Amino acid sequence: MVKEIERAGIPVVHIATVVPIALTVGANRIVPAIGIPYPLGDPSLGDEGEKNIRRDLVERALKALGTPIKGQTVFDDAYEF
Amino acid sequence: MKKLKVVHYINNFFAGIGGEEKAGISPEERDGAVGPGMALAQALGEEAEIIATVVCGDSYFGENLASAEKDIVAIIRKHQPDLVFTGPAFNAGRYGVACGAVAKAVEEQLGIPAVTGMHEENPGVDMYRKDLYIIKTGHSAAGMKKTVTSMASLGLKRAQNQLVGPPEEEGYHVRGMRINYWAEKRASLRAVEMILKKVKGEAYQTEYPMPDFGRVEPMPPVLDFSKAKVAIVTSGGIVPTGNPDRIESSSATKYGIYDISGLDSMPADDYTSIHGGYDRTYALEDINRVVPLDVMRDLEREGIIGKLADYFISTTGTGTSVGSARAFAVDFSNKLLEDGVNAVILTST
Amino acid sequence: MKLEIGNIFIKDVQLGQETMINEGLLTINPELLAAKILEDERIKSARVELAKPGESVRITPVKDVMEPRVKVFGKGTVFPGVAANKVEQVGEGRTHVLKGTAVMTVGKIVGFQEGIVDMSGIGAEYTPFSKTLNICLVLEPMEGVETHAYETAAREAGLKVTQIIGEVGRNMTPDEVISYEHHPIPHLAAAYPHLPKIGYVCMLQSQGLLHDTYVYGVDAKKIIPTLMSPTEFMDGAVVSGNCVASCDKIPTYLHQNDPLIEDLYSKHGKELNFMGVIITNENVFMADKERSSDGVAKLAKMMGLDGVIISEEGYGNPDTDLMMNCRKVEAQGIKTVLVTDEFPGKDGKSESLTDAVKEADAVVSCGQGNLVITMPPMERLIGTLEDIETMIGGYEGSLKKDGSIEAEIQIIISATSAIGGNKLAARMY
Repeated sequence: MVKEIERAGIPVVHIATVVPIALTVGANRIVPAIGIPYPLGDPSLGDEGEKNIRRDLVERALKALGTPIKGQTVFDDAYEF
Repeated sequence: MKKLKVVHYINNFFAGIGGEEKAGISPEERDGAVGPGMALAQALGEEAEIIATVVCGDSYFGENLASAEKDIVAIIRKHQPDLVFTGPAFNAGRYGVACGAVAKAVEEQLGIPAVTGMHEENPGVDMYRKDLYIIKTGHSAAGMKKTVTSMASLGLKRAQNQLVGPPEEEGYHVRGMRINYWAEKRASLRAVEMILKKVKGEAYQTEYPMPDFGRVEPMPPVLDFSKAKVAIVTSGGIVPTGNPDRIESSSATKYGIYDISGLDSMPADDYTSIHGGYDRTYALEDINRVVPLDVMRDLEREGIIGKLADYFISTTGTGTSVGSARAFAVDFSNKLLEDGVNAVILTST
Repeated sequence: MKLEIGNIFIKDVQLGQETMINEGLLTINPELLAAKILEDERIKSARVELAKPGESVRITPVKDVMEPRVKVFGKGTVFPGVAANKVEQVGEGRTHVLKGTAVMTVGKIVGFQEGIVDMSGIGAEYTPFSKTLNICLVLEPMEGVETHAYETAAREAGLKVTQIIGEVGRNMTPDEVISYEHHPIPHLAAAYPHLPKIGYVCMLQSQGLLHDTYVYGVDAKKIIPTLMSPTEFMDGAVVSGNCVASCDKIPTYLHQNDPLIEDLYSKHGKELNFMGVIITNENVFMADKERSSDGVAKLAKMMGLDGVIISEEGYGNPDTDLMMNCRKVEAQGIKTVLVTDEFPGKDGKSESLTDAVKEADAVVSCGQGNLVITMPPMERLIGTLEDIETMIGGYEGSLKKDGSIEAEIQIIISATSAIGGNKLAARMY
């Protein structure tokens, strides 16, 4: 889907749990998500902590959308797990 | 047994009506077989008869695509044939495209099997190989006899509802379709034999060459988010409770567009996940873990993004063919553009 | 390590009072088995029904399939570490098998992933379990039992009953005894220095609810790759707790009778040197995928392998595990062959896998699961048709008025399971 959205002329960021798949299928801006059962959350962190990482991920997604790129780029600097 | 009725489509050159100077002629109809139709009729033998031939100039077809196709299909429909042949076009590019377009229209609009023939360098092959059986031909009409023999054999099989064999057996261009068959040995034994060959450096043939998913040029970045409209798309299978669009839990054939205007956060009671590929327990507890609506609303309120679209778009990723996913995105991207969306956040599970 | 498998050929099965085998006829007592299952407070009702090859019977939704076996001598019991069995190393001694039979757990679905077994008609051609004498346990959970608990209860019921039935074979004289030996790595390497050293990487499904596998009772998502003797599989050290899309499910039965292990053994000492099995998982976090694929490549190297065969269970993100294993093993200079099934869409025109690496140049296909077929109505139903249209492979309109089912072969148990037991394959047309 991601390629067709981009081809239609809309910049798109893929918050993806399995980065290799996102790379294989051709997403250009990729932000690694937390994991498949909860891509944008983490039940172990409590409500507030969880919303904080969600915010971090979404902000990173916006940063990716705001960054000029030449080819496929994984934006994975801020949050390590 | 009743003879099968066949209609044949060819261009003006093969019909013996001049060369390039006559390529502008509009579709016309002849009784019986004409030109290469003679050899084709011979190859078809007693089982089928060419009752009519449709002739059109390649330039005319190229310049009047829609109307030419419509007129040709109308002539063919009138004859109610059991089988249609177009070409063979060999390496003639415009002729190949016309043969492909006519054959495809006949199959799709009339539900009648059609077979054509082209050389591998003919642009019509790549345009139509996924839709059609295109018999492999030489560069030029020198190989006519062999070509029409293969076309006739494949056409008869299709018109008589017989099983069509693999490309190298029937002589058609690989269509790029993965079709099941029963192998002689079970897969585990084939795997053991393959690893032995590979380890010893002997020749072996993979049963599935790795696909190339293709690439697209990255769009330039969004420069000012405070004026941008952002939409969320997800393949995480999030739908309103009750799944009103009946999106499949796997191998989805549909996507849904769901209103979120007036919501500050994804309500766990009103939405659910139908995704068949992962443990949905956590997503069901808090849907924002897949569709980050709460955070997006905060960003909107704080003016960091201009506006969040009033809906999110959703489908199931598991087992959904790349072809279907592509078609969904082509479809909903139009809506996103119409609605002035400047950027998309796609989440997947 | 040496394991003798003593096959007792079962030709027919019937319900009766006494549990026994007489000249190939297995008799089981349904009340006894049901009572055993109902000891579990999570289960409300249990019923035993039989289904035989060629009968007009449809069984659905099928969860797991198991083969009755009993450990006659040697350490441990079959299915060690699960269903209240002690954890003890298995894979040595002698094990008797009630060959030709299978136990199936059947009942209301937990997720979307349980499937169909037809005993005749076109559907029967696709599943290996149309050829076994099936003892079906139809289960119903207590109201309010949470899904994970229901799954555990159903799984344990199946294992317990399978063991009880297997016990009948303890004092029988088998019709056939096959001996499988597995030696320490240096001995193996020295025994056949001229033969290529081949290993088998068995990827175990471990994605979460209904997508789990247990190894000696350990949830496979918590393991790091480890080395196993192939004979441990035959004694039930690996148990399926999962319902991935039915077609590529590897039920416990297929772990007990792993076709890759069988075919590697058949050429062991003749054309190749079968060095052992590396088990690994298919987890839902990238860090796990990296750690596990690193571990697989490391073990393959430490074992001095020349080549490995890698199997897969499930599709979607596990395709990435398959590709990472392939890439990292090849990077050690070890050749790989991948065994997988395909999901290119109903028309077969899309890519078959969700991930790909260039090193994956030797792939064996177990067929494409999106093929749509129509299975004729059956005279008898074991289980329920309630959920057909929400099961993977089914869709709105799948269940026809006359009882026939139009669905993708995904809905059929083990139709395309990627450890290669079937002859189904896909090719490019």
